[in-house]
Amino acid sequence: MKRLVSMTVNGEEIELAIPPYRTLLDVLRNEGRLTGTKKGCDVGDCGACTVIMDGSPVNSCLVLGIEAEGATIETIEGQHAGPDLPHLIQEKFMDHGGAQCGFCTPGIIMMTKALLKENPNPTESEVRFAIAGNICRCTGYAKIVDAVLAAAEDLRKGRTL
Amino acid sequence: MRPFEYHEPKSLAEASALLCALGAGASIFAGGTDLLVEIKEELRSVSHVLNIKKIEGLDALSFDKAEGLSFGALVTARRIETDAAVLRHYPNLATAVSLLGSIQVRNRATVVGNICRASPSADTIPPLIADAATLSIHGPTGERSVAVEDFFTGPGRTVLKAGEIVTGVHVPPPAATSGKAYIKHGRRKAMELATVGVAVSLDRGRSGCDEIRIALGAVAATPIRARKAEALLRGRAIDPALLAEAAEAAMNESTPISNVRASAAYRRDMVGVLTRRAVGIALEARP
Repeated sequence: MKRLVSMTVNGEEIELAIPPYRTLLDVLRNEGRLTGTKKGCDVGDCGACTVIMDGSPVNSCLVLGIEAEGATIETIEGQHAGPDLPHLIQEKFMDHGGAQCGFCTPGIIMMTKALLKENPNPTESEVRFAIAGNICRCTGYAKIVDAVLAAAEDLRKGRTL
Repeated sequence: MRPFEYHEPKSLAEASALLCALGAGASIFAGGTDLLVEIKEELRSVSHVLNIKKIEGLDALSFDKAEGLSFGALVTARRIETDAAVLRHYPNLATAVSLLGSIQVRNRATVVGNICRASPSADTIPPLIADAATLSIHGPTGERSVAVEDFFTGPGRTVLKAGEIVTGVHVPPPAATSGKAYIKHGRRKAMELATVGVAVSLDRGRSGCDEIRIALGAVAATPIRARKAEALLRGRAIDPALLAEAAEAAMNESTPISNVRASAAYRRDMVGVLTRRAVGIALEARP
C-alpha cells in the first residue's frame, strides 16, 4: 500500500505516493527524477548514494523513502553557488582533477559538504576518515583529498558552502 | 527490494504485541543498515517491518559519574562516537563505534541494533562485555535485564524470546583508576569487518590490576570473555612475562574458524598479540 510522503528536497517541498519497501535512493531517482544521486552497490558499502538528511550524511539506499516524511533532503542537484555557477566544492574538484569517471563524485561532494559544515578546518587524516565510506575505483583518492582541503581553505577565506 | 508490510508501533507494548502476532516474518527496524541489506540480498525472509522510531523515550542518552552510561535502542553509533562523556569515560566503546562502517552508516545504525544482530565480529560488543554492560529488555510478560555477556547463543542468535525487544544499554560507571582499550584488527583501516577484536577494561586500583575483563570478538561462535587470561592478571602487578602468559591463555580460550577474512591459526595468533597490546594500552590509559 502506498503512502503519501512529503519532504523538502533541495529547498522544494514535494509530495509523493510511495510504497514502504522503496528506498529513499529509488524514490529520489525515479519518482523525484533526481538522477544525480547514484546507485552503486545499493547495500551501504560505496557511498555513491550519499545525501544529507536533516543535516546528516546518510546512504540513501539504506533509508526507506517513507522515513523521509517531514525531512529535509539535500542532493547534488541542489549544490551551486548561484544560477549556472558550480558549488565551491565542485569548483575545487574541477581545479584539482578530483573526478575521473565521476560516478562517486556526487556522493563525495555531499559527504564533503557535511564534513566541512561540521569541521571547516579538517586535517588530511580527518578528510580521509570522513570519506572512508565513499569508494572511488578510478583514483588513488589523492586528488579528491586535495580538492576537499582546497575547498576548506577557501571556506576559511570567507567563501560559503 | 522484496515487498513487506510496514508498521509504526507507538509504544513498546504495541510493538511487542505485533511481534507476537506476526511471528517469525516480523523484524524490528531501527537503523536499518543491516536489515535492509538482508532484505535486499534475500538473506532473510521479512514480511513485516516494525519501525520502532515512533516510540518515545528510546533515543535518550545519559551519563552520570555515579550511575554510569545509559542509552536507548534508537541511539546511533555516530552519537555514541561523538558524545563527550563516552569519549572521555568509555574510550573502548568510542573507538569501537568509530570503526563501524562509514559515517553515513553510523548516522543510521544503532548500537543496540549492532548487538541484536549478534554477529561474532560486531565491534560494539567486546567493549560492552569488558565493561560489564547490561541490556534492558521489554517483553510480553514485563521487563528483564540481561548481561551483554550472556545475551548471545550463537552467530545471529540471542536469548531474546518471542515478542521481546531490547530497549537500551546500561554501562556501569568507570572506576577512578580505570583503563580501557579496544583494538580492531582488519585488512584495511576502514569499511572493514573485524578479523579479531579485543577489548580490555581494567581497574588498576592498588595492585596495578585490581580487576580486569577481557572480551574477544570474531574468534568464537559468539563474542567471549577470556576468563583464564583475566584470572592470571587479576590482583597482580603485571610485567611482560605475566602478560605473555595471559596472552597465551587468551589464545587458548579462543575457538576461531577459518573464513574469507583470515585463517583460524592467524586469528588465534592475533588474539595473543592484540591481548598483549590492549592490556598494555589499558594499563597506560588515564581516565
